[in-house]
Amino acid sequence: MSALGSSRSGYDAIKDLYEEKRTFTGRVVFAAVLCLVMIGLLAMRLVDLQLIQHDYYTTRADDNRMRLTAIAPVRGLIYDRNGSLLAQNVPSFVLDITPERVKNLNDTLERLKAYVALTDQDIARFKERMRKGPRYRSVTLRSNLTPEEVARYQLNRYDFDGVEVNAGLVRNYPLGESAAHVIGYVGGISEADYAKLDEASYQGLSQIGKSGVERSHEDQLRGVPGAKIVEANASGRPLRELDSQPGSSGQNLYLSLDAQLQLVAEKALGDLEGAVVAIDPRNGEVLALVSKPGYDPKLFVEGIDAKSYRGLLEDKTKPLYNRALLGTYPPGSTIKPFMATAALNFKTVTPDTAVYCGGAMTLPGSSRKYRCHKRQGHGSVNLDSAIAKSCDIYFYQAAQTLGIDRIDEILGQFGFGSQTGIDIPNEKAGLLPSKEWKRRVYKQAWYPGETLSIGIGQGYLTTTPLQLAQATARIAMRGAAFKPHVVHAVADPATGAIVGVPPEPLPPLTGQNAELLGRVIHSMELVNMFPGGTAYRTFKDAPYTSAGKTGTAQVASLKQDEKLAPTLEGTPKHLRDHALFIAFAPVDEPRIAVAVIAEHAGHGGSVAAPVARQVMDQYLLGEVRYGIDASAAAAAATAAAAAAAANGEVVDPEQDEDGLPVHDHEEDAATPASSPVQAPIPESVTP
Amino acid sequence: MNTHVLSRAPQQSVSLTDALARWHFDLWLGLLLLALGVVGLLVQYSASGHSMDVVVSQAERLGLGFAVMIVAAQAPPEFYRAAAPWLYGFGVAMLLAVLVLGDHAKGAQRWLDLSVLRFQPSEILKLAMPMAVAAYLHTRPLPPKPQTILVTLAIIGIPTVLIAMQPDLGTAMLVLAAGVLALYFGGLGVRWILLVIAAATAAAPLLWFKLHDYQKNRVLTFLDPERDPLGTGYHITQSKIAIGSGGLFGKGWLAGTQAKLDFLPESHTDFIFAVFSEELGLLGVAVLMALYAAIVGRGLYIALRGQDSFQRLLAGSLAMTFFVYVFINMGMVIGLLPVVGVPLPLVSYGGTSAVTLLAGFGMLMSVYTHRKLLSN
Repeated sequence: MSALGSSRSGYDAIKDLYEEKRTFTGRVVFAAVLCLVMIGLLAMRLVDLQLIQHDYYTTRADDNRMRLTAIAPVRGLIYDRNGSLLAQNVPSFVLDITPERVKNLNDTLERLKAYVALTDQDIARFKERMRKGPRYRSVTLRSNLTPEEVARYQLNRYDFDGVEVNAGLVRNYPLGESAAHVIGYVGGISEADYAKLDEASYQGLSQIGKSGVERSHEDQLRGVPGAKIVEANASGRPLRELDSQPGSSGQNLYLSLDAQLQLVAEKALGDLEGAVVAIDPRNGEVLALVSKPGYDPKLFVEGIDAKSYRGLLEDKTKPLYNRALLGTYPPGSTIKPFMATAALNFKTVTPDTAVYCGGAMTLPGSSRKYRCHKRQGHGSVNLDSAIAKSCDIYFYQAAQTLGIDRIDEILGQFGFGSQTGIDIPNEKAGLLPSKEWKRRVYKQAWYPGETLSIGIGQGYLTTTPLQLAQATARIAMRGAAFKPHVVHAVADPATGAIVGVPPEPLPPLTGQNAELLGRVIHSMELVNMFPGGTAYRTFKDAPYTSAGKTGTAQVASLKQDEKLAPTLEGTPKHLRDHALFIAFAPVDEPRIAVAVIAEHAGHGGSVAAPVARQVMDQYLLGEVRYGIDASAAAAAATAAAAAAAANGEVVDPEQDEDGLPVHDHEEDAATPASSPVQAPIPESVTP
Repeated sequence: MNTHVLSRAPQQSVSLTDALARWHFDLWLGLLLLALGVVGLLVQYSASGHSMDVVVSQAERLGLGFAVMIVAAQAPPEFYRAAAPWLYGFGVAMLLAVLVLGDHAKGAQRWLDLSVLRFQPSEILKLAMPMAVAAYLHTRPLPPKPQTILVTLAIIGIPTVLIAMQPDLGTAMLVLAAGVLALYFGGLGVRWILLVIAAATAAAPLLWFKLHDYQKNRVLTFLDPERDPLGTGYHITQSKIAIGSGGLFGKGWLAGTQAKLDFLPESHTDFIFAVFSEELGLLGVAVLMALYAAIVGRGLYIALRGQDSFQRLLAGSLAMTFFVYVFINMGMVIGLLPVVGVPLPLVSYGGTSAVTLLAGFGMLMSVYTHRKLLSN
């Protein structure tokens, strides 16, 4: 009745309600079974995914989200021998931009200019770096923000989505230009660097040591990068740290350099271009190493732009060039003590052998005159007076008698012509010419006249300031020597353990003995400590004993018929003589050996010796007692050069006043010509 | 007391079920749907990256949906039978309107902007289709005769084609399924069923050329998901990674990584089942499936208790369409079916489909609670 009641349609009559209901029930049962079958299908698939292939998909899910990120190690610090900081890492505020979070980059940059100083260079550099990386990674726009800039930006930061001020570590050199050539600098890793380095060691790092100790000791300073596993989202942004493995900081280096001494040496050299090297002869530790002019390493740390870099490279004074290791200069008269050692060794002279200096000499069969710098001659000289007064004739003859082969043997043992092996990169070997060398390079025989030039440190012979200092140290130690080095000790910041770098003895001189060198040292003492010595004026009041040798190296040769040297004012600067001086002190227990070269500055005794005196004062006495400041040194250089260039017939007024003979005017002759055909005649330059 | 087989007397003690039935509310269905809604909100909270906005917004829509369901249950089945032709006619008219005037959303014309209300006319057909087919077959002797079948197929075909032209293949399939299921429950002969399947198979290649490129890509990607793992295959690859990495126990609620880290696209809408599987594992999936199965089962039970053809066919069709929904979505997310835009019913984020579905359950409740049990 209720079934009928629910169907009021006229078609009810022909419907078989019972049959319909039965069919429907069958259909529902079948549908239910179908549902179960389909659920079974889904279940099978799910079991396959979630149970059977679970490990595979777990790995894929982890691969999706986990990123290995490097933790950059903190670079080791560099100290001088007394613990003064030479290179450190300072916190620096940097302005970072995350490109993906910035809607309109150019507009943002434009608006930022109101609060932070931005140059076109900053922007160009930023855009270049931005192109290289993924858009979620922040890129530094400016570093070293001033506190004012940080404050101004912070007040307005709500206008700048995706721009952040972050604190980072930036390499800093507290002494600035000072010792820059030794310490070096770090800079961005270049393509060329990448080709060479082990990428695992540079994870997370963007800078690498480019020069000096920063480069040579890169492996110790760098430290070991750590790693952390971070969870990152689909666009790669790191969200949280899952695991981390800390790396270790770089080793701290203690240099043998004495920062105070370095500053004094730099100041002593003043505005002159040149180099000063001071070595502790007892162990080869480099105490000061100056190359002038210098440069500010900060430029490279911040990433130097091409224009400034080109400017530095093209600067005629070559500020980037480390003159102490790369400058090759004719040693001039500073070679004489070594020449004397050779002559004594081969017994071609004795200390008492007398030689007459008449102001010039000729070789048999030649009309060419080899002049002494003192045109009127020194008269009779022996070893002591020849070195003290820097007589050229004595050494022409000594060289002639020795011959080039024996000269090479002894000078070679002093280290001339080969690298010292110092522990900073880029060192030149200078040139110790030999018969074999000349045959090889010029396809010519060795001329006897060339040996004479070598005798007074001219001709083909060139040395670096470091070689001169090292050779001086060897004389000071009566033949013993140690490899020069600047890294003194290495400290592990984690354990605090400090490991010293032991001195490395070099092979001793052969055939020499202490007595022999003692004779040469005695004559060098005369240079500094006895009236008539070419550096006496500078050292006469020194409260310590010292031994030295002045040198004035000729840069340009004069033609044979040129009687008069041009005046200093009349000589282009690049043709003026180099002033050199080597010395050590105290004589009996040497603690410091110094070599000074002032380019185109005139005479060794008046220009270079005062620099050495100040350096030795500072090191031995703790203060500079020789009262010449930088400007006075430069003035002295000018005066001395003027005197040197003056006509010899005019009597040097200083000579008469002080009763000192020609202290500075030892110079000489013999420059090799650029072309051996137009054979440059070794010629006495100065009157 | 009349003890007719179709009007078994209820237990004498008045249970809560019966009490609610007087208010035309089916407790079982209500509880199961509510549980499903709550599960959906929890998973959405996780999938949306802890967005309370998403949860609140979806809760409001579910609230609206439940209100619509309760209201819909109050009307007797006869009302729906009477309304069926009108609603169907209105729906088809709107589909035609949308093809002419419709808003372009995501390159498809699905929405009609009535200034107060933007809605998808195809949603109407999800309800109008089973109603219309059931109402039509109700007037015919069943099992249907061939001409009845042909008329029914026309009733089914017109809106299906219109929706497919929008193009909205997912909804077209659901609407088609609703109509075909009603016809099936009406006793469509086995030979006819085979014929329809054969015809569909034959039409498939023709249909292929009618597909848009993105639809073709979906099919190709389904056949070989690694074909373009960063492009069209990305969805399904990331979805499988999410599900597979969930394992037996899952990573735990809020502990899934695929959705939280944005590897899984559409994670709180169409692909929410992947998030659920990743976080709650195979055991959680079993519970969810049991929940769906119980709802479908309750729907079929109600269909069995329907008192006329219209009620039975409507209830059966609604229950089974709900299952088709679930199957298509899960099949798509686990890579058994091509990607079509079908949400996981009542769990995926999205208002329209939830409201339509709950309105359908309102009709089921109406069928169950308006039975004329006793004439006294």
